[in-house]
Amino acid sequence: MWKLMCTAGVMTALLTGGALAQSCSDGKTITDGKLTIATGNPAYYPWVMDDAPESGKGFEAAVAYALAGGMGFAAEDVVWTRTSFDQAIQPGDKDFDINMQQFSITEARDRVVDFSEPYYTAPMAVLVRGGDDLSPALDQLKALKWGVVASTTALPVVTETIAPDSSPLIYDDNANVVEAMKANQIDAALFDLPTALYLSAVVLDGGQVLGQFAPDATSDPDHFGALMVEGSALKECVDAALGALKSSGALAQIEAEWLQEATGVPLIR
Amino acid sequence: MNRRQAYEAAERRRALSIAAVSTLAVLAAIVLLVPLAPGWPAVRASFFDPAVFAQTFPTLLQAFLIDVMIFAWSVPLILVLGLAIALARGARRPAFFPLRIFGAVYVDVFRGVPVVLTIYLIGFGVPGLGLPRPWNSPYIWGTVALVLTYSAYVAEVLRSGIESVHASQRNAAICLGLSERDTMRYVILPQAIRRVVPANMNMLVALQKDVALLSFIGPVEILRQAGIYKSLLANFTPYVAAAVIFLIVTVPATRYADYLLNRDRDARS
Repeated sequence: MWKLMCTAGVMTALLTGGALAQSCSDGKTITDGKLTIATGNPAYYPWVMDDAPESGKGFEAAVAYALAGGMGFAAEDVVWTRTSFDQAIQPGDKDFDINMQQFSITEARDRVVDFSEPYYTAPMAVLVRGGDDLSPALDQLKALKWGVVASTTALPVVTETIAPDSSPLIYDDNANVVEAMKANQIDAALFDLPTALYLSAVVLDGGQVLGQFAPDATSDPDHFGALMVEGSALKECVDAALGALKSSGALAQIEAEWLQEATGVPLIR
Repeated sequence: MNRRQAYEAAERRRALSIAAVSTLAVLAAIVLLVPLAPGWPAVRASFFDPAVFAQTFPTLLQAFLIDVMIFAWSVPLILVLGLAIALARGARRPAFFPLRIFGAVYVDVFRGVPVVLTIYLIGFGVPGLGLPRPWNSPYIWGTVALVLTYSAYVAEVLRSGIESVHASQRNAAICLGLSERDTMRYVILPQAIRRVVPANMNMLVALQKDVALLSFIGPVEILRQAGIYKSLLANFTPYVAAAVIFLIVTVPATRYADYLLNRDRDARS
């Protein structure tokens, strides 16, 4: 009985909260009553498991469903689509309501599109292959040949913070960086920590995460935000839902579930 | 000036003025109508931002030097290999049959696979075999991929040139007592190569553009540099700047090829 009362109470709270949020996003989505969320193609672990965001497995997929729930959308009202980075920032109408694929919030980007409040702050981490003779020290990193994914904010970190002796090579996506590492064309690559951990554990034979940069080591740490069209009416609803997730501890819980191994990597000094 | 000349001059003037008026009308339509489109301000901000253009142009110009460099060392290799393949395909003796088969297969394969795929497969595949540095450089294997692809095209162009030389030339050379080798070297090839210069010029213009595809395997040339700026500034103007730089180089080259073609045609008629 007690249990039932509790459940009923929680349900009512959820429903009223949902109803309130629903009124916020009413008529502001591209399809009425549906929330269209875009992610990358392919979407990578640990952000989206098995490239299947509709499963709700993986950090960004889980956050997306929690967000949608906070905004009053049922799980079946979430529609997934895929975009490239370029499609997300091009001018004109978008075919998504929000876009989550580890977009770093930067000032220049913010002028062209809208970002939600950050849902994750990612430290940068160094991925090497068989780096037993390396230690996480800046002067050692300078001598290495670096590789970076072009559309990430890792490039300014490499060129400014590490400032290696030879200019870095640039690639389109994670898979190509790993391939270049296997071919011994580069010694080290810079990713956000969860991606680096995944690549070292699953994709790259003998890969290891050498160390991570303290978030304040770079001029502006990497905050991931959900991307929306410039001047999006949805922004306030998304931010409200995110704020609720943060204050309730739900966001931290999702982070712990999918990104918990992100601790215990040494800091680079 | 007699009456006929006067009439022709008047006709020319009339044609010129009609051409001028219609060109102006088309230009005016573009200049006046495009800005009327509702999304024009956003497109202008994303693609034609003068500040971004000025900021990125110098670096893009420097990155273009890498394209020019790769182009410069590829061309001689392509011409030599293309000629070798063309001769292999034209070998007449029965004993050389394997050569002819090889030439045919080679041309089919490398003309049938998109350049990007060849660059990926060779640029990542061969270094993956475990070559030591610097022999696994993407510059080397990217160049190899370009040379293999383009020499197949150039071989076909040269072969068409060789076959366009009239049979009487070959017969006359044999009557004069020239060996088969000398016939090819002193009689056929000089005429064939001269005939296909314009077509090969077009090949070289295409090559100059395809050098940019090497950016897929690491080198930071103009296309990649523009892409980096695009993701840093969330603005597509760097791509427009890169296109302008390409045009500055390729337009004169294409015009020159056309001029050669016309000169050939006039010489023959």
